[in-house]
Amino acid sequence: MTQIELRDVSLHYFTPKEETKALQHINLSIQEGEFISIVGPSGCGKSTLLSLISGMIKPTEGDVRLFGEKVKEPSKRIGYMLQHDHLFEWRDILNNVLVGAEIRGMDRQEAKDRALHLLHRYGLGEFVHHSPKQLSGGMRQRVALIRTLVVKPEILLLDEPFSALDYQTRLNLSDEISSILREQGKTAILVTHDISEAISMADRVIVMSRRPSTIQSDYRMEYSNGRPSPFCTRETPEYHTYFNKIWRELEENVRT
Amino acid sequence: MSVPNPKVLSTSSNLATESIATRVPNRKSPSVRYQSYLRKQRHHYLSIRLVQWLVLIVFLGVWELAAHMNWIDTMLTSKPSQILASFKELLIKGDILHHTWVTSKETLLGFIISMLIGTLIAILLWSSSFLSAVVEPYIVVLNALPKVALGPIFYIWLGDRLSIYGMAIAISIIVTVIMVQSGFHEISKSKMKLMESFGATRWQMMRMVLLPASIPNFVATMKVNVGLTLVGVIMGEFLSSKAGLGFLITYGGQVFQMNLVMTSITLLAVLSVLMYWLVNMAGKKMQKIYHFD
Repeated sequence: MTQIELRDVSLHYFTPKEETKALQHINLSIQEGEFISIVGPSGCGKSTLLSLISGMIKPTEGDVRLFGEKVKEPSKRIGYMLQHDHLFEWRDILNNVLVGAEIRGMDRQEAKDRALHLLHRYGLGEFVHHSPKQLSGGMRQRVALIRTLVVKPEILLLDEPFSALDYQTRLNLSDEISSILREQGKTAILVTHDISEAISMADRVIVMSRRPSTIQSDYRMEYSNGRPSPFCTRETPEYHTYFNKIWRELEENVRT
Repeated sequence: MSVPNPKVLSTSSNLATESIATRVPNRKSPSVRYQSYLRKQRHHYLSIRLVQWLVLIVFLGVWELAAHMNWIDTMLTSKPSQILASFKELLIKGDILHHTWVTSKETLLGFIISMLIGTLIAILLWSSSFLSAVVEPYIVVLNALPKVALGPIFYIWLGDRLSIYGMAIAISIIVTVIMVQSGFHEISKSKMKLMESFGATRWQMMRMVLLPASIPNFVATMKVNVGLTLVGVIMGEFLSSKAGLGFLITYGGQVFQMNLVMTSITLLAVLSVLMYWLVNMAGKKMQKIYHFD
C-alpha cells in the first residue's frame, strides 16, 4: 500500500532579496514498511523534503499525500526525529519520553506504560528517573527515538539523527535503530549525508541533485543472500557496488 | 594451640576492622600532590578574604584617625564612631528600623511586580511577532529615557506613597522585558521545531519549553532587577516621601546631619547586599528544582 506520495512537488523560498528554488518536480511514492534513505549534496533540500512530508511546511506547487489524503497540518501518523535529541534538561528521562504524548493529549497512563515498556525493551530501564545530563550521546538519541515511538507513528522521518555522534556510537546506534524500526514495522525515511549509512540502513536509496533539486536516481538495495543487518551490510560485495555508483553520482553533482 | 584463644581472636578481629577502617578513607583520600594543590587553593582563598577585611578595617581606621587628628572636618565627613553612636541612638528611638522596613517592603513589592509584569509583556511580545515589531522602537525609547524625569508625573498621578512604586517599576521593568525577551530568543529553534513536529500549540510551547528553559535567564534577570528596583525606590523616596532610607538621606542632607546621612547609607548598603543574597538564594533554589544546577 502506498503510504506517502509526492506528486510534482516544488518548493520555493522567498526572501525580500530573492526567490530560491529549493525543490523542483519531485515525484516519489513510498510503500508501507519501506526504509528509504535520501542522500544528496549539502543544502540540496533533503531536510526540506522531510518537513514537507511532515506537513510542517507547504509545497509551493504540487501535492503531498499521506495515506491518500492531502497533507495540511502536522500529521499524527508521523514521527519526526531530529539531528539533536533536544531532551529537556528540566524533565527526567521518563517525562522526556512522554513529551509527544502530552502534547497530543493521549491517555497518560497508557502512554506511560508504553514508554516504560519501550525504555526497558531498549536497554534504558535503569535510567527512567535519571536526568538527560547523566546519559551518553548515543543513549540520549535512543531516548529521542523512544519519545517518537511513544506517540505510535506509522511513519518515521529521521533527519540526520546520527550526525552529532562519534563514529563508534554512530555505527552501533544505526544498527540498533534500524532493527528497532524493522521490528516495529514502521515506514522510515532517513536523510543523511553519509553514503555508507544510507546504503546499510535502507531498502531504497534516493539520490538528489543540487539546487534546484530533483530526484536524480532511485536505487533498490538487493542482496543475494537476503538482507543483512546494517553493520554486516558493509561486508557484502553489493554494498561496494552501490557505494561506488552513488559516490560517483554525487561527485558529478559537486563538479558540474 | 588447638583451641584458639578468644582474646587473641578478638584483638585480631579488632585489628582487621581497624585496618579496613583506615584503608577505606585511604582509598578515597587524595594523593600528596592533590593535597598540596588543595592547600594552595585554600591559602589563596583565605588570603583574598583577609585582604578584603583588611581594606575595610584600614579604611575605617584611617577615617577615624583623620577625624581624630582634625585632618578632616567631621561636619562634612562624619566619622565611624559617630556613625555607630548615631545608629545606636536611632535604634533606641526605633525610627531607623521603621525606615529600613519601609524601603525593604517597597523594594520587594516593586521587584515582584516588575518581574511579573515584565515577564508577562515579554510573553506577549513573543506570542506575536507583529506586535513585537510594532512596539520595538517604543521600547528602545523607553529604555533610553532617564526614568527619573518621570518623577513629577508619578507624583501627580499616584501621590507621594504610590509614586515610589511607580519609579521603582519604571526603572526595572524595561530591562526585565528586554532581558526576558532576549532569553526567549536564545532558546534553540529546533527545540521549538520538535514541539511543532508533535503538533504543539503556542500555549503548549510556552508552558512546556519557553518558561522552563528560561529559568537560568529568569535568575539572571532577577539579579539585575533587584538592584535596579532599589535604585528606583531610593530615587522615588528622594523625590517625595515621608519614610524610608532615601527619605532619611535627603532629610539628613537638608538639615546638615552627616551622621544621619552616613548611617542611612551604611544601612542601605547592608540592605542591598541582603536583598541580592535573598534573590541569589531563590535563584539557586529555582535552578535546583528545574535541574539547571
